[in-house]
Amino acid sequence: MSAVKKEDKNWIEVGQIDDVPKLGARVIKTDDGNIGLFRTADDEIFALRDECPHKKGPLSQGIVHGKKVTCPLHNWNINLDSGEAVAPDEGCTASFPIKIEGSTIYIAI
Amino acid sequence: MSEKLVVIGNGMAGIRTVEELLKIDPLAFDITVFGAEPYGNYNRIMLSPVLTGEKAFDEIVTHDEQWYVDNAITLHKGKEIIEIDRVNRKVIASDGTQADYDRLLIATGSNPFVIPVPGNDLEGVVTFRDMHDVNIMLDTSKQHKHAVVIGGGLLGLEAANGLMQQGMSVTVVHLMDTLMERQLDEAASNMLRASLEERGLNFLMAAQTETIIGKDRVEKVRFKDGTEIYADLVVMAVGIRPNIELAKKAGIHCERGIVVSDTLQTFDPRVYAVGECVQHRGMTYGLVAPLFEMAKVCANHLAKHGIGRYEGSVTSTKLKVTGIDLFSAGDFTGDETTDELVFQDKASGVYRKLVVKDNKIQGAVMYGDTIDGTWYFDLLRDETDISDMRKNILFGQAHLGDSGHGEENRVAAMSDTAEICGCNGVCKGDIVNAINAKKLLTLEEVRAHTKASSSCGSCTGLVEAILANTVGGDYSTAPHLKPMCACTDMTHDDVRAAIVNKELKTVRDVMTGLEWKTSDGCAKCRTSLNYYVVCAWPKEGLDDYQSRFINERVHANIQKDGSYSVIPRMWGGGTSPKELRAIADVAEEYGVETVHVTGGQRIGLYGLKKEDLPTIWKKFSDAGMVSGHAYGKALRTVKTCVGKEWCRFGTQDSTHLGVELEKMTWGSWTPHKFKMAASGCPRNCAEATIKDFGVVCVDSGYELHVGGNGGVKVRATDFLCNVKTEDEVLEYAAAFMQLYRQEAHYLERTAPWLERVGLSYVKENIVENDEYRKELAALFRESQKYMQADPWAERANGTDKHEFEPIATITVGKTATTA
Ligand code: SRM
Ligand SMILES: Cc1cc2nc3c(=O)[nH]c(=O)nc-3n(C[C@H](O)[C@H](O)[C@H](O)COP(=O)(O)OP(=O)(O)OC[C@H]3O[C@@H](n4cnc5c(N)ncnc54)[C@H](O)[C@@H]3O)c2cc1C
Ligand code: SF4
Ligand code: FES
Repeated sequence: MSAVKKEDKNWIEVGQIDDVPKLGARVIKTDDGNIGLFRTADDEIFALRDECPHKKGPLSQGIVHGKKVTCPLHNWNINLDSGEAVAPDEGCTASFPIKIEGSTIYIAI
Repeated sequence: MSEKLVVIGNGMAGIRTVEELLKIDPLAFDITVFGAEPYGNYNRIMLSPVLTGEKAFDEIVTHDEQWYVDNAITLHKGKEIIEIDRVNRKVIASDGTQADYDRLLIATGSNPFVIPVPGNDLEGVVTFRDMHDVNIMLDTSKQHKHAVVIGGGLLGLEAANGLMQQGMSVTVVHLMDTLMERQLDEAASNMLRASLEERGLNFLMAAQTETIIGKDRVEKVRFKDGTEIYADLVVMAVGIRPNIELAKKAGIHCERGIVVSDTLQTFDPRVYAVGECVQHRGMTYGLVAPLFEMAKVCANHLAKHGIGRYEGSVTSTKLKVTGIDLFSAGDFTGDETTDELVFQDKASGVYRKLVVKDNKIQGAVMYGDTIDGTWYFDLLRDETDISDMRKNILFGQAHLGDSGHGEENRVAAMSDTAEICGCNGVCKGDIVNAINAKKLLTLEEVRAHTKASSSCGSCTGLVEAILANTVGGDYSTAPHLKPMCACTDMTHDDVRAAIVNKELKTVRDVMTGLEWKTSDGCAKCRTSLNYYVVCAWPKEGLDDYQSRFINERVHANIQKDGSYSVIPRMWGGGTSPKELRAIADVAEEYGVETVHVTGGQRIGLYGLKKEDLPTIWKKFSDAGMVSGHAYGKALRTVKTCVGKEWCRFGTQDSTHLGVELEKMTWGSWTPHKFKMAASGCPRNCAEATIKDFGVVCVDSGYELHVGGNGGVKVRATDFLCNVKTEDEVLEYAAAFMQLYRQEAHYLERTAPWLERVGLSYVKENIVENDEYRKELAALFRESQKYMQADPWAERANGTDKHEFEPIATITVGKTATTA
């Protein structure tokens, strides 16, 4: 049984929704590598480790469409919600939970 | 509850339609499939290699029974439908099984024709259509010696070759005096016959079969002229007839085939038909490429999706006999209104013929070396005007320039370790394995799974050839007019026209106005649309930076490690101590590892951090330098030589001209990158004849050259015209660029664009039409008013600040604790 309830996560505030451009991304720098923060057309926010499962391309620099981002280096498509590459490509990058309160974005790492 | 779809015919067309349907809407229907054959689905065209022993049956199964289970499809194998009850909307099989339908798909293929001669029902007389036939042939070959194949067409020759490989002595009997007369002209046909004879096949030409003789099983075949030959096996391969009996009985309108509309519906709109059993716009087909196109449209319509229509197909043929390369397409017989272009080298066994009408290819026949078959076929289907390449076209595409794969092109002879895709390091063996293991059938699928041909594209022809060799036939046929991408059915040209006519001024407006199928498009179409909008509406169009590839979004080139490069403009390749000092300062201050003199006569700095870019640009801005657009589908460099200022041969001031050209054109966005050069004399030290627009100075003025590039496929320019003054050079350059900007497809460089539209077309608009040239040049200059703001200076002053800064910096440590 998991002892940690959803509310018990360590939520860290990272900024406002409008700090992230629609169909775009921003970078969160951490001492454990970069995280890409993505915003879709209907304002959903997702966070993925900023490393493509292919050759570590920075996903935050890609083009966002639907709930996917196209990697800037060799055009793999990565699902924003799961971090999984769209078939037939195979691979997965870590994804992080996001919580929005009002217009403030929180991430749990 | 889902509607019920029943499919009659578990063959290639039926199952392809189901596959397409599952791709777009897996839940649309409850699917039931009836198949008369006792298996899942297999690749019928690979029966030939099964007969030769090159493949086993297992290897050609494309959908095993588990596939049906996995996709929740009910499969009734080995059950033939004998009645369609359209009133009660159900089908009935010979064993009494019944199934109700809301929609019905008939895909019953065709029946081989059996010639009506006495003895045609004897044991040992077979057709060549399914696995059952192949099994009989294989069994017979183990016990008997003599085989007779009636029919010298594609199928007959493949059967004959197979039986010969199985050790039988084979005679091919043909009614005509040339083989494959429907696919080949006489010259190619004779070459084919000679090489088949050399391999050991016997031929009896212009022979009409009269009787098949035998007691219990076949013993002999007798011909009209009285001759007889021994036969333990007779294979009839004289043609096919669409299998329409069932449909006819159910009162569905049939002529030679089941008559269908452009949406593949029969006269009863609940009933669809695809494959060899149909007749569409008067045509019936006997090859798979058209069936695949039908399947796509039919599935779209079943899923109530899209506006696709099937408009008929042009087909091409290959013979699947290992070691014999043969290709034909379209109408190759011609008449008084057509010309023939022929290349023949009997000694090396190469023959090529193109039938041309009004400078468009109508048909092609190739024997010996067929690597250019797909290229000719593309030219045929695109109705490309070939007048400008007519003199060289028979020598193939390689002759028009590439980086020298030349004779390396015969894929069948290549070893498995031969590298096919140099960009992604994919070898022939990798491609073949992926095709076999994952049952890939189209170029797109091979690209997705292996990455071969997905980068620079120069190996596309080879990949298509491997695909054809591995799965047989010509699967890679693309529709005649290609949609921009999977997000729309419209072509690049349709979309461009709509942006202008409907005054669509943002990417979002285009996607909404033209009913895009996906919510935000994809990386492919969004970048194209943004360019089209910016080009059509330079003043008021919205340049959507989220629809630009990262390099153009942040005005620097992304590198493999996520760092960036910066290349400032050096006008015409010239620089000054002040500029060099600024570069040196930046290089030192930011610890730049690599300072490289680029191939474009300027200096690049590599390995810069994104967040440092605006301050670096500020330094360049202060030194009077602007962005070099080395990252953009835009004007890149204008190379020059020192020209008459210094050089003892110089005829004009090429350096000055180059600077003027660059000042006029920098900042302009183009469909693909655009490079220029000006050389001071015909020694051409600035390599002007491999640039998109090149100037070679001569004593009397300036020679203008267009449509060249180095790169993936080297192409020397075509000569456009001579002009007298520098002002004219500028006017022609502006007009040429504007024509290219307005008409080329996104990511189409001037070289392929020019080959597509023809040099004559460009001359008509730029050289022969003074008024239109001036109009184009004026449009270009107008657009430049909005383009020549230096993006670096803007960003040094704060534009798009968020792009260069992290949103947050947090410390997580190894065990996550709050920052
Ligand atoms: C920097 C440079 C190499 C160098 O260090 O010398 C270079 C670097 C790149 N070239 Fe190039 N090309 C460079 C000169 C050339 C030249 C030579 C020339 O311009 O005279 C050619 C062949 C001539 C031509 O284009 O006709 C050249 C043909 C290509 C091609 C193939 C284009 C084609 O049409 O076949 C590509 C791929 C593409 O554009 O799709 C390419 C693509 C690239 C990219 C953008 C690849 C990429 O997407 O990352 C490289 C960017 C690296 C970077 O961050 O700067 N580069 N590239 C040169 C920059 C010149 C400049 O000052 O702007
Ligand atoms: C030996 C051989 C080599 C070939 N080589 C090539 C080639 O190189 N290139 C190329 O493009 N094409 C080639 N073809 C042609 C290609 O195979 C056909 O065009 C293609 O298979 C037609 O697909 P289809 O679905 O219309 O028919 P089929 O694949 O024949 O499928 C029809 C299916 O329906 C079943 N059926 C029929 N009636 C009923 C019924 N009443 N109830 C239930 N089931 C029924 C049949 O048993 C059959 O399985 C070749 C064909 C053969 C035989
Ligand atoms: S700089 Fe050009 S040639 Fe060199 S690796 Fe990159 S794309 Fe290839
Ligand atoms: S690194 Fe992302 S596609 Fe190659």
